[in-house]
Amino acid sequence: MSETVLEIRDVSLTFRGKRGVLDVVAGRPPRDVNALNGVTLDLKRGETLGVVGESGCGKSTLARCIVRLHEPNGGEILFHGSDVFAPDQRRDRSYNRRVQMMFQDPYSSLNPRMTTSQILKEALLVHGMCGEADVPERLEKLMDLVQLPRDALEKYPHEFSGGQRQRIAIARALAVEPEVLIADELVSALDVSVQAQIVNLLLELQERLGLTILFVAHDLRLVRHVSNRVAVIYLGRIVEIGDSETLFASPSHPYSQALLSAAPSLDPDDKGSKIHLEGELPSPMDIPPGCPFHVRCRHKTPKCTAELPVLRPLEGRGAVACHHAEKI
Amino acid sequence: MTLTQVQTPLLEVANLCTTFTAGGASIPAVRNVGFTLNRGEVLGLVGESGSGKSVTLRSILGLSRRYGETTGEVLWRGDNLVAMPESSLRPIRGGEIAMIFQEPMTSLNPLLTVGVQIDETLKAHTRMTASERKKRAIEMLDLVGIPAARSRLGEYPHQFSGGMRQRVMIAIALAARPKLLLADEPTTALDVTIQAQILDLILSLAKDFDMGVILVTHDLGVVAQTCDQVAVMYAGRIVEEGAVRAVLKSPQHPYTVGLMRSVPQNVPPRTPLYSIPGTPPSLLNLPQGCAFAPRCPNRSSACDQSRPELLDTGGGRALACFNKVRAGEGAAA
Repeated sequence: MSETVLEIRDVSLTFRGKRGVLDVVAGRPPRDVNALNGVTLDLKRGETLGVVGESGCGKSTLARCIVRLHEPNGGEILFHGSDVFAPDQRRDRSYNRRVQMMFQDPYSSLNPRMTTSQILKEALLVHGMCGEADVPERLEKLMDLVQLPRDALEKYPHEFSGGQRQRIAIARALAVEPEVLIADELVSALDVSVQAQIVNLLLELQERLGLTILFVAHDLRLVRHVSNRVAVIYLGRIVEIGDSETLFASPSHPYSQALLSAAPSLDPDDKGSKIHLEGELPSPMDIPPGCPFHVRCRHKTPKCTAELPVLRPLEGRGAVACHHAEKI
Repeated sequence: MTLTQVQTPLLEVANLCTTFTAGGASIPAVRNVGFTLNRGEVLGLVGESGSGKSVTLRSILGLSRRYGETTGEVLWRGDNLVAMPESSLRPIRGGEIAMIFQEPMTSLNPLLTVGVQIDETLKAHTRMTASERKKRAIEMLDLVGIPAARSRLGEYPHQFSGGMRQRVMIAIALAARPKLLLADEPTTALDVTIQAQILDLILSLAKDFDMGVILVTHDLGVVAQTCDQVAVMYAGRIVEEGAVRAVLKSPQHPYTVGLMRSVPQNVPPRTPLYSIPGTPPSLLNLPQGCAFAPRCPNRSSACDQSRPELLDTGGGRALACFNKVRAGEGAAA
């Protein structure tokens, strides 16, 4: 685990809100959504990086930026050292092939009017993975890879269960032999026992094919299980990033601590020392000044309301964006 | 249920069956479900999608009648709700028994202010005057932790976040001070931090109002942290039932064991997770014997031939299995 595949440098993205004439006359401020506010990440070859946070924190936006579904307003995303948003790169479709995304909802992410074989064939031919004649053989290999019966090829998405559809989505992503998989809440819509099957498949495929995975999810137990490293996002900023086991065993940022303690334990006797977060995620249209977490933080000091903490390495841990990380 | 037999149960469900018909075929969504619930007690109904937990909940209030046939007994204050006509059910629904649904986004009326929606319940189920109702509405919003309750009464659902909407749902459900709350996955659509807040809220309100709660969820962690009793459902039937601590610490049904082992907790990271082989059976084509037999590691020949009944195994527990998992056997493997 050495070579850096993807480098995300200070990426920010603001969605411009609509501002009507009336808003201008009334002097209302523009309603811009600050989805990402300077995210810096490295994705190393062969690793799984988990990304966790509450809904609206920007984790899906980040995933979508990486696959060029959104263009950031600031910062850059480098793939093997070259900027993927540079004009010459934009025309290059090989990036689209080498970095593949898999979506959350298995019911809306497959075209209901195409059979499995049509879905997979389209991916193969668009990227010129093989000639028309070799398609049937490739399709059968893909079905074996994701452990679906071969007769699944001639079926339509509605004939499959949620777990089987996610297998098809994985097959579609793998059809074009990618290096990086972006899994955006891949298993969130599935039941636990099916979740386990898909996670096992993903881990096995990663091992066999040497894939690099960005695993975006809100289920902390699952992220802990599959990830080598984990990044915790709050309001479009990384507040803590580090080795998965260290981070889960002893989180350093007060937000990570609260997030982890909120996950209900399976042991009825383990009521745990729950840290209750007050209030909700502030709106990304109106991010609090200073540390964006200070409005919900138990440890806040005047410094937190005034000054934005930077992500800095902490000895024996990962990197934390908190003024008081040493004391907490 | 051992020492406090003096207390009469709040709700007794026996032999509850709900069958839907589609295209000439009958789909037994809920089969012979039975349980009792005491005042102030929280019962968790768990299972995978399609196991019949939500339909069970809806059948209690007669909400599945329109689409299928419900038989059996739901004893509420001496009356059988299943046999009751719609007109007599109406004062009970939302009055004595309230329900909150999974999706706070779609279960509120987007065209009415939150204040009007709380007021509707109070108008239908209490004899309060308009000013008393308004006072209660503000009190309820306050109680569920919505800041600046008075000014938010005039706001519409879209002006609230997901967590706040679920709070509004709870406020509406509890406004008429029900004796029983049916909660269908109340936190599934919410973030963990908000989930913790909402569950704590439901628990503390249940305690304050001495209210019984039936909580439908697929998250065993939620059950472990909030419920007193738990019933595990598979293919429309209860397969295991008992006190939460007993069931989760030493599950006896192979399905419960499988469910618990699929959760990635206390497993070495990045190792294969246990997953129950196969898929749940189609309700159109249930096996003759135990519905779980085709996926069961403990299966024996008896399982294919006859269906195990839910039998008392002592200590307030019940189990529907011929080959019970012994303590330590499943969890340790």
